[in-house]
Amino acid sequence: MEAGALREALRRESRARTLRALALAAPLALFLLLTFLVPIGALLVRAVDNPEVARALPRTVEALRGWRGEAAPPEPAFAALAGDLSAIDDQAEAGALARRLNSDASGARSLVMATWRALRAPASEGNAAVQAAPPAAGARAPLLAIDPRWGEPRFWEVIARNGARWTPDYLLAAVDLRRDAGGAIAAMPPEQTVFRAILWRTLGIAAAVTLGCLLLGYPLAWWLATLPARTASRVLILVLVPFWTSILVRVAGWIVLLQSGGLVNQGLLAAGLVEAPLALLFNRTGVIVAMVHILLPFMILPLYSVMRAVPPDYLRAAVSLGSHPLQAFRRTVVPLTWPGIGTGCLLVFILALGYYVTPALVGGPSDQMLSYSVAQYANVNLNWGMACALGTVLLAVTLVLYGLYRRLGRAELAP
Amino acid sequence: MTSPARSTDALVVFSRVHKSYDGTSFAVRGLDLHVRRGEFLTLLGPSGSGKTTTLMMLAGFETPGSGEILFEGRPITGTPPHRRNFGMVFQNYALFPHLTVGGNVCYPLEVRGVPRAERERRAAQALAMVRLEGLSSRRPDQLSGGQRQRVALARALVFEPPLVLMDEPLGALDKQLREHMQVELRELHRRLGTTFLYVTHDQGEALTLSDRVAVFAGGELQQVDTPEALYEQPANRFVAGFVGDAVTLAGTLADSGEPARVALPGGGVLEGVNVQAAAAGTPVLACIRPERIGLLAPGAAAANTVAATALDATYLGDHVRLRCALPGQEPIGVPLPLAALPAPPHGTPVRLELPARHLRLYA
Ligand SMILES: Nc1ncnc2c1ncn2[C@@H]1O[C@H](COP(=O)(O)OP(=O)(O)OP(=O)(O)O)[C@@H](O)[C@H]1O
Ligand SMILES: [Mg+2]
Repeated sequence: MEAGALREALRRESRARTLRALALAAPLALFLLLTFLVPIGALLVRAVDNPEVARALPRTVEALRGWRGEAAPPEPAFAALAGDLSAIDDQAEAGALARRLNSDASGARSLVMATWRALRAPASEGNAAVQAAPPAAGARAPLLAIDPRWGEPRFWEVIARNGARWTPDYLLAAVDLRRDAGGAIAAMPPEQTVFRAILWRTLGIAAAVTLGCLLLGYPLAWWLATLPARTASRVLILVLVPFWTSILVRVAGWIVLLQSGGLVNQGLLAAGLVEAPLALLFNRTGVIVAMVHILLPFMILPLYSVMRAVPPDYLRAAVSLGSHPLQAFRRTVVPLTWPGIGTGCLLVFILALGYYVTPALVGGPSDQMLSYSVAQYANVNLNWGMACALGTVLLAVTLVLYGLYRRLGRAELAP
Repeated sequence: MTSPARSTDALVVFSRVHKSYDGTSFAVRGLDLHVRRGEFLTLLGPSGSGKTTTLMMLAGFETPGSGEILFEGRPITGTPPHRRNFGMVFQNYALFPHLTVGGNVCYPLEVRGVPRAERERRAAQALAMVRLEGLSSRRPDQLSGGQRQRVALARALVFEPPLVLMDEPLGALDKQLREHMQVELRELHRRLGTTFLYVTHDQGEALTLSDRVAVFAGGELQQVDTPEALYEQPANRFVAGFVGDAVTLAGTLADSGEPARVALPGGGVLEGVNVQAAAAGTPVLACIRPERIGLLAPGAAAANTVAATALDATYLGDHVRLRCALPGQEPIGVPLPLAALPAPPHGTPVRLELPARHLRLYA
């Protein structure tokens, strides 16, 4: 009895505690859901989403089933297309379909819109002809009369290929693959490959920036870690100043410094180190320099926090045991700061992968990274499927890197 | 291993060494110190007295502002620390956490290019010496404090350095373990015959371990002597008060002769040793070890006595401590053998004997 009451009281107490914890965590959880998980989910869905053809041309898709694109499309498909198109009431929907088909087969926009208008025009000749014709007589001729391009199989192929509600095409295209007519996955023809090269470039720039940050950040972080705590926190503020400055302002600063008449070149010329101004801007050098500058704090902070925890006695002990100071550093401090090196490199690398503004402003055309293509598709081509597919590739690279880091990290920390 | 003549000559000589960190105050001032070959020398002093600084200058991690440090007669101020070849044990052990015990002990051999087989043999030997056989594959964080301390010791000894420096190596251990390790250190030193330079602020530890103790205060060396001499013949007021218990009486030097005489403020004159050759008329402190004070039986006569009043007695198991009031002085504690019980009750006038050769007068 007594024990039962006690247990009940304890349970009530622990439930209250759980509720309180949930209530405290709920706002953040909601925020994360809305600003993080939902957008990522939407991105992933958008990368495979393909509603336009399936929604607007259901009968045509049905009629094309089984057609492999070797011969002319089957006769019923023409009638089905005419029927489907005339059934579209809304100009916007017709426009969406036209845009969708156009992104795979150029010219499809005008073809679809012209045909739709012709079919919808109340008393038009073509309309009457197509609709009057009995199915057996075929809708082929009237459609060709509206626009002879309906005789080209490539438009029908596009319709057939995009008949499914979901498509792997964007994702395949994002890594320079495609489905051939038979539906098998094949490489893009060489003249159309672009994204693999951009992906490698993106990884290369991110790696160079990470290396640059590590080389500059490691000694600085060590110096900071050996300072008295008060001085160190003051110097740390200087390290963090870049955080408080707009990225555009900083990039503009680099443009001023690095341009051919800029401070750096003037200095080099004055010192007689170079004959002619070096090209430092609108090329890879400019991109890497500016990105290293922006991302340096993300390297320094994790390194600093790990190094603070390494007592200077280790270094002294190693030296007293006969190591040259540099060797002592390499054999004691470096192994003990692996976690900081890993975290800093991962942070910088992942952040660098997504860089857009900096390469856009200080890079040349061949220095643009994957996010430039994402922006291009999202803002200029209005091809959200492609934009999201490229975003998904970036996300996948990030996750793979993180997985590697976790695995290496665990191996490193294991006793 | 070394001839008797060589065993007493100096391995390390500090000669007029000054060191200041901030340019305004001295961490070490005018240090003259000889470390003899094969001895266990302890630097003893309160916190901030310059012990660590002295050790670090010898290890090469700090440079003297002026003066010279000689090792085997040669100046070593220009030798970088990694070439000095001294073993070193740190207070917090400084075992490398990413290496095993074996890896730690092998480290100094590895950087000296000792071949692998030989390295492992010597590491095993060093671990056996500190009685840690079989723990070679553990990580330092899997060891107890005492075991870590021994690994640090093995690591500092494995390359057979001519000199081992230790900065409060037992400071992080609890009392029992510390006493146990003191015995082992002493034993290790006896067996190896290596010169040990040890730093502590614990006077009991210094007296237990050392052949000689160097007492530091405020960056200055006060006295270097054997534990016994340090205890029985402190060179100055500071050493008398810092090493062991001392009963102190303030007075004025009445006669600077041999023996000297001190006049106490409450009347009464005592004879004592004028350690620092103070002139008559200077205020002095008369110091004596409590166990040298005798309580005279009523009616007994003795030389060099002083009148006091019994206050109270504390029973301490092996003896009784009687607090006595002297006119114009702080109360003093006089140890009495248990045979002297019962102690004189509160308010009883007593006479205390302070033998003249144990009463030391400091300016
Ligand atoms: N790195 C340093 N920078 C500035 N002052 C220092 C430094 N190290 C020591 N000091 C100062 O020098 C004096 C002597 O210090 P030292 O560390 O030698 O004392 P210690 O005898 O070892 O004391 P402890 O028993 O507390 O270890 C102290 O006043 C201390 O504040
Ligand atoms: Mg110290």
